[in-house]
Amino acid sequence: MPNFRTVLRWTAVVAGAAVMLVPFLWTVITSITPNGSLAGGPTLVVKDPTLAAYRELLDALPMWRIALNSFWIAAASTLFQLVTGSMAAYGFARLAFRGKGLVFGLYLATLMVPMQVLVVPLFIEMKTLNLQDTYLSLLAPSIASAFGVFLLRQAVESLPRDLDEAATIDGAGHLRIFTTIVLPLIRPALATVAVFAFMGSWNSFLWPLVVIRSPEFMTLPLGLSTLQGQFTTDWDVVMAGSVFSILPIAVVYLFAQRHIIAGIAHTGIK
Amino acid sequence: MNRRGWRNRGWVLFFLLPSAIPLVLFTAVPMVSSAWVSLHRWNLISPMEWVGLDNYTELLRDPATRDVFAHTLLYCAGYLPLVFAGGLGLALLLNQRMPGRAFFRAAYFLPVVTSWVVVALVWKWLLNPSSGLVNSLLGALGAPQPGWWTDPAWALPAVILASAWKDLGFVMVIMLAGLQAIPQDVLEAARTDGASAWQRFWRVTLPLLSPSTFFVVVISLINGFQVFDQVYVMTGGGPSGSSQVVVGQIYDLTFRYGRAGEASALSWILFAVILLITAVQVRGQRRWVHYA
Repeated sequence: MPNFRTVLRWTAVVAGAAVMLVPFLWTVITSITPNGSLAGGPTLVVKDPTLAAYRELLDALPMWRIALNSFWIAAASTLFQLVTGSMAAYGFARLAFRGKGLVFGLYLATLMVPMQVLVVPLFIEMKTLNLQDTYLSLLAPSIASAFGVFLLRQAVESLPRDLDEAATIDGAGHLRIFTTIVLPLIRPALATVAVFAFMGSWNSFLWPLVVIRSPEFMTLPLGLSTLQGQFTTDWDVVMAGSVFSILPIAVVYLFAQRHIIAGIAHTGIK
Repeated sequence: MNRRGWRNRGWVLFFLLPSAIPLVLFTAVPMVSSAWVSLHRWNLISPMEWVGLDNYTELLRDPATRDVFAHTLLYCAGYLPLVFAGGLGLALLLNQRMPGRAFFRAAYFLPVVTSWVVVALVWKWLLNPSSGLVNSLLGALGAPQPGWWTDPAWALPAVILASAWKDLGFVMVIMLAGLQAIPQDVLEAARTDGASAWQRFWRVTLPLLSPSTFFVVVISLINGFQVFDQVYVMTGGGPSGSSQVVVGQIYDLTFRYGRAGEASALSWILFAVILLITAVQVRGQRRWVHYA
């Protein structure tokens, strides 16, 4: 017989899940409720479900292109950060050179500077280079991340040096050791950096808001915020836009859930 | 320098330049130029005018600066206990074998992968004063229905609620990892010594969780002081400035009022505050963080 504590636990667990999931459900319901019947608050069972809000959404903004932008910008910045970060990690962990401590210290210093300090001068820099309102300007600040370098360097440091010494005796150079020995062994750390890089870019708002004007270069967060400016009280359209932005990442999350959660947990226990 | 020395230098450049060049161009250069801009009066268009430290002294005197820092601090004071208690509670609930555990963990975590703008819009709708779900439920219960983001007194709490909801899953995952790192024999020993569940939690689990707690507090405060996206979308800093935060002020100063010099100065003041708070925490951790 289930005892009192088990019942209490299950109630709490299910109530927690309801609090986390009902807002999503409500978003979907609102997006298919006819606009006219939203004033009194939507109901759980939608009377005349309609996709009108989605049609209006696609007329207002090039949403497919915006979603695609979000995807490839996030994928590209993830790829860039993995390549630049793992190379720097190898350099700091395995090469001896004068001033290494100082250079690594400078890398760490950039880690501390928040985006807000950079946003004004970065915007001016892009304007001077005539790059504002381009893909390149969106991508530029996330090509390399000191956070990635830091995390990956820890991973390379923790590999036994005997491995690369043995490879050196066998005649392998730095490039071979890096690609065939180090990279495969630091895969968990690479996964963590990939999760942070992808989510960071996918969710990024302040920088796109500052540097992008044209709808065709927007990413989803910026597109949505623009949408809200246009359809202030048309909550069905705004919620349709939200569904449109949640769906792709929810699909990614469904498949990569274990890795994503493990990646986040990994940073907390150092 | 001999040939090996040159070759080694070549390798160093090969491995470091791909990250060093973008970091210099897109972080170091803007950082230095931001410091430079903060010493000028500048509207982004006409030539810069040197004012020395005037921007800083003016900001420190300006009551608006005090207000935006007060709102940011209030945000942190509301947000941190909510996510911490909620995240720890969820972690404790899930820290036992149970059917459907993976599902619940995934459900609690879903808001973490949702972007801030989406979360802000969804909650703006949920907290709609007249036709939102939350006020409908409150009305059905006969409870008072706040005006949320339309009411100066409730705008900041509305933002706090949405933010805590989004980050609960993040804190849960960190705390769950911490809980699972606690050796079972320590808890077992406490049990045989006759400690109640309540005592075991306060005297054993919580102290042994302190490294995870420390991590969550440091990260939450760093992020909390930089809060912007959800405020911009939910309230735009209003009504009448009642929920304006520091980063919102930096954005408005630059792009609405054309006061880039003051905006840069304010961003450095914010940076200094964040550094100071983090440093105080790192120093203070010896008193309460127990590393096993």
